[in-house]
Amino acid sequence: MTTETVTENVMGPSPAAITPPAPAASKRLVYRHSLPIRLMHWINVVSLSLMFFSGLQIFNAHPSLSWGNYNNPDKPLLALDAREDASGNLIGITRIGKHEFNTTGVLGVSKGSDGTPTARGFPSWLTVPGPGWLSMGRQWHFFFAWIFVLNGLCYIGYSLAKKHVQRDLWPTKADWRGIGQSIADHVRFKHPHGEEALRYNILQRLAYLIVIFVFGIGIVLMGLAMSPRMDAVLSPMVELVGGRQAARTIHFIIAWAFVAFVLIHVFEVLISGVFNQLRGMITGYYKVDVEPGSVVKPEPVAVIKETTHD
Amino acid sequence: MTDRRTFLRMAIMGTAGLLVAGCDKISQSSWGPKVLGKAQGLNRRVQALLSPSSAMAKEYTEADISPTFHPNGTTMPDTDEYQALMANNFRDYKLKVTGLVSKPGEFSIDDLKKLDNRTQITRHDCVEGWSAIAQWTGPQLGGLLHAAGLQPHARYVVFHCADNLGGPGDGGKYYESIDLFDAFHPQTILAHAMNNRPLAIPHGAPIRLRVERQLGYKQAKYVMAIEVTDRLNHIGGGKGGFWEDRGYEWYAGI
Repeated sequence: MTTETVTENVMGPSPAAITPPAPAASKRLVYRHSLPIRLMHWINVVSLSLMFFSGLQIFNAHPSLSWGNYNNPDKPLLALDAREDASGNLIGITRIGKHEFNTTGVLGVSKGSDGTPTARGFPSWLTVPGPGWLSMGRQWHFFFAWIFVLNGLCYIGYSLAKKHVQRDLWPTKADWRGIGQSIADHVRFKHPHGEEALRYNILQRLAYLIVIFVFGIGIVLMGLAMSPRMDAVLSPMVELVGGRQAARTIHFIIAWAFVAFVLIHVFEVLISGVFNQLRGMITGYYKVDVEPGSVVKPEPVAVIKETTHD
Repeated sequence: MTDRRTFLRMAIMGTAGLLVAGCDKISQSSWGPKVLGKAQGLNRRVQALLSPSSAMAKEYTEADISPTFHPNGTTMPDTDEYQALMANNFRDYKLKVTGLVSKPGEFSIDDLKKLDNRTQITRHDCVEGWSAIAQWTGPQLGGLLHAAGLQPHARYVVFHCADNLGGPGDGGKYYESIDLFDAFHPQTILAHAMNNRPLAIPHGAPIRLRVERQLGYKQAKYVMAIEVTDRLNHIGGGKGGFWEDRGYEWYAGI
């Protein structure tokens, strides 16, 4: 696949065609993300966000997690409870295994729509809709679940057909050898510049592959495992993962793993040039430094054959 | 730097606030729930393709029965009629079968026990998210309907219940409905026993519906009458069930 490369000279107003750019100061715009990928990325942002917030609304109807096929009310893995203290005030208790934490104000008990402390797992600013409204939360969740699934299937189909997965995401042997260096670079927030920035590094590749193929497919399967109708045909899978409540717990864990991924992803975007990265995912064009001595043709508009990075 | 951070924090919180407020506006609008609800029709159709109407819910073993089974909704119907039946241990109870049937009838608990009974250990999944496992025994609804003889335009089976979960009066009466695929499914039974004992009051004595492969609110408790009908819009709020009239889906397979 060919990508269009626009070379521009940021030093002066003179057209690059007349004055070849000084190598040290030149940058070029690379068409990095194709239109379908950009569209699917932003559709995913919307659907994943709304599924997360409506998912927490659904979770609030039974703010507790168990393993197995049924709940053991006395021994939850996680529970966001509300209790009354000696003076009759509602206090929020988060139970993780045998440990209990007072999380009043955020988890277990938080302000309701009238401003008074209310027993609810996650607070209203994290749920869609805001007030406790299970049936409406389900409407939001299933609507965006379809968008998430259809969008995800399109993404996987497109990326496999265009060799995006094989070329840009699947780690090469050289990538694996550089994993130590890549980890060291990441913990020091060091980012590659120039042409190297166009290539996904090994940690990026692994993160994207895991998020797409493990989190993405896993969370959909665990969602289906909670459906009693689907379980008529999926029960071997449900039993394999440890039962319906285990599937619910895994669904919850993957949802938060998505949140962890998004936080890291957004953090990396912020520290590696937020404007450039956003432009890349909105317009498709990403600016890279042209390093001195690198063989970039000085033509103002050059069509250079290279790997795509969408 | 601090300004930038403040700006960023304000921007994020502002966006989140707008998003949540926007979603609440859509939830309360007349069109929002209609658009979002389109997905539920898709759920029903696609699930019927992936999991055929004849597919059986998983049946568990006695060892899998859960030590607790939370009774949800009404746990003690307070109408005089029900209290009188209860006082006599349901000996005067008669399940009425009415509507689009050629032979309307009434069945006592003993009559129901004489029909072909099925025992199954299944998982109950509440819409709230929790699950419990119990053993249920009762006559297959299909057999009962077959004996009553369905008229050609019969499409739904409605269950009228003794509980007034929504308050006194007809508007608060619990009811449910299923289609004929579910009505004639082998695991759809009118359970009179749970875990080898007569059905307890909190669990819907004397009869509760078991329509496996759907969520808990479809498993109507305290069933007093069965009505075969061709449409649902003339019963209750018109959506086919107590919770359906309050925003939940008639198809509760997910």
